Amino acid sequence: MNFDLSDEQQEIKSTAKSFFADRFKPEKVRELAEARAYDDGLTKQVAELGWPGIAIAEDDGGQGLGMVELAVLLEEAGFASAPLPLLGSAGAALVISAAGSDEQRSEWLPKLASGEATGAFGGVDADGVSTLFCDLPTADVAVVFDGEGALLAPAAELEFEPVETIDATRSYATVSSPAGERLPGDVDAGRDRLAIAIAAELVGVGQRTLEMATDYARERQQFGRPIGAYQAVSHRIAEILLGVEEARSLTLYAAWAADAEPESLPVAAAMAAARSADAAWEGAASTLQVLGGIGFTWEHDLQFWLKRARVAGRMLGTPREHRDRVAELALRGAAAPAVA
Amino acid sequence: MARVDLTLTESEAAFRDDVRAWLEQNHPGPSPEGDDAAEFEFRRAWQRKMHEAGWAGISWPEEYGGKGATLIEQAIFNEELARQRVPLPANVLGLVMGGPVVIAHGEPEQKERYLEPILSAEEIWCQGFSEPESGSDLASLKTRAVKSNGSWKVTGQKVWTTYAHEAKWCMLLARTDQDAPKHKGITYFICDMDQPGVEVRPLRQITGEAEFNEIFLEEAEVPDENVIGEVGGGWQVAITTLMFERAGLGAAAVMGLKRTLEDLIEIARERGLDSDPIVRQRIAEFKIGIEAMRLGALRALTMTMKTGIPGPEGSLGKWQWAKYNQGLTELASDLLGPEGLRANTEWSYRFLRSRANSIEGGTTEVLKNIVAERVLGLPKLR
Repeated sequence: MNFDLSDEQQEIKSTAKSFFADRFKPEKVRELAEARAYDDGLTKQVAELGWPGIAIAEDDGGQGLGMVELAVLLEEAGFASAPLPLLGSAGAALVISAAGSDEQRSEWLPKLASGEATGAFGGVDADGVSTLFCDLPTADVAVVFDGEGALLAPAAELEFEPVETIDATRSYATVSSPAGERLPGDVDAGRDRLAIAIAAELVGVGQRTLEMATDYARERQQFGRPIGAYQAVSHRIAEILLGVEEARSLTLYAAWAADAEPESLPVAAAMAAARSADAAWEGAASTLQVLGGIGFTWEHDLQFWLKRARVAGRMLGTPREHRDRVAELALRGAAAPAVA
Repeated sequence: MARVDLTLTESEAAFRDDVRAWLEQNHPGPSPEGDDAAEFEFRRAWQRKMHEAGWAGISWPEEYGGKGATLIEQAIFNEELARQRVPLPANVLGLVMGGPVVIAHGEPEQKERYLEPILSAEEIWCQGFSEPESGSDLASLKTRAVKSNGSWKVTGQKVWTTYAHEAKWCMLLARTDQDAPKHKGITYFICDMDQPGVEVRPLRQITGEAEFNEIFLEEAEVPDENVIGEVGGGWQVAITTLMFERAGLGAAAVMGLKRTLEDLIEIARERGLDSDPIVRQRIAEFKIGIEAMRLGALRALTMTMKTGIPGPEGSLGKWQWAKYNQGLTELASDLLGPEGLRANTEWSYRFLRSRANSIEGGTTEVLKNIVAERVLGLPKLR
């Protein structure tokens, strides 16, 4: 038993951390968010590193690493709140890899891996209500969950409307009706993996807010001492840490289970999705309280993480819905099909 | 370094199978209820049986009569005990604290004298740390030990002492230097409970039972050879034992919570509450929390095996355990309705008993302080 990253996985983590820290400094995040744009040059650099295809099989043109490696990478992307169409591409690729036909795989996976194409994902229910589709406005191809499974559609063939959400670090859209070619394989496994990818990004968001709260509480003086010396403040930050660590453990476990213990994947993915969405939001909201008035200003960078926490945590359903799935699986005591 | 891998290695799996098979064949059955003395003798006999098969000192080195198990094996063992709902051995505190402290800090003669009777449950141990005025601020303790003619006379009061009425030996912290800074003037003694200067009084708790005791010490005599470690060095000795206590019990605590959740799911099903959306949300919250606790304990275990010492992150496990056990018994109370509120039933007992979880063995507030100061590096309050 070893529940820690390997040297190679640590290497991916530190490479990603320093890349994002260098290329996506808070002022760069702000510049892109205020323009609601991605930087094509940086998107290209990320593609050259092979990151959109880190978990795509080598036969499909990717790096052939696993779900753990993708989770490690996305945690760092979330830590930086990097405006990048990375989650859309990596997420779509997870579903196509799990459920695509040979033709669908060979048409899209090599292009997604190389960055020649970018991806998006989202869902439209039976009443025509659309989720927020991640990265759709700039994407070439989209995975559309439709209640029965999932469809794969070139973005040009989808009727969609870009939506400016509170999270300006990423582009979103809604889709008016499902369209595309059905993905014939194991859509549930793809969706579970996608939920883990989002959870990993949210762990990074939570970790960043934890560090912001901690740094501020060490420096900020009131009543003659640093506010972190007051238990009303320090205990609040300890609770952020507990939430982020729980989310990190569950996400790493789910990522491991996706490749090594598939029978545990459905419940592991739902647990990771629920806990990380709550931990990231509660971490961000609690950090705003620690920061006080300054955290509420447009000038402060916390807003980018706070808003991303809220939106990313609800892309594939609310935490309440994820918990209901956990309950369903726990009450049944066995693996159950995904609720699309 | 190995990749992330949560499966047991071949030898770990073989170890688990050994433990499982032995427990299935030797399980003593449920403890007798209603008679505390009979229950204690039952647990003493059970520990003797474990000891004869070599399982009692699972974490102790083999040279001291233990099993020399790795941390993973200890976790597997404790998990199996909880999974099969095996009664606690009689001498819990001797096994998880007294023995390890003698092994780590004791002289050869002390090891010779104390270790074997701990394993065989012949001599029961208790712990005299907390005092009426020294709870979370343990280092402010006032019990005094004064040296005269090669022995110490100890005077003071201890509280929240489990098994004091059964115990032969007490791990006792007392102040031996009134002028030293508060952490430096404390010495760790092994005090004989069987003497006129020691009076034990049961302490009745909100459950109605008296699981704990108060100890009144009036010039109780402790010979010099019963000092563990250096005179004045008792604080460090005590701290290391508290860390071992937390490190070894995480896996068993998780398994206990899992069993409780299984029971609750069964109750919810029986009463048709398994489709109630709020009940489902709460069941999911506990399922997620307990699983996060299990995984956190495994991550901490991996770290401890790499670094050799349990880190302050272990505080999270105790905090989680209290939070989830209290929450589970509250949910049980709601699911059971009026039946769950009847006095002297298993669930009302567990409901009331869990109130102590966030106080005993380190309050949740103290654990949050440890996380804030030692994990996050926030400034100290003091």
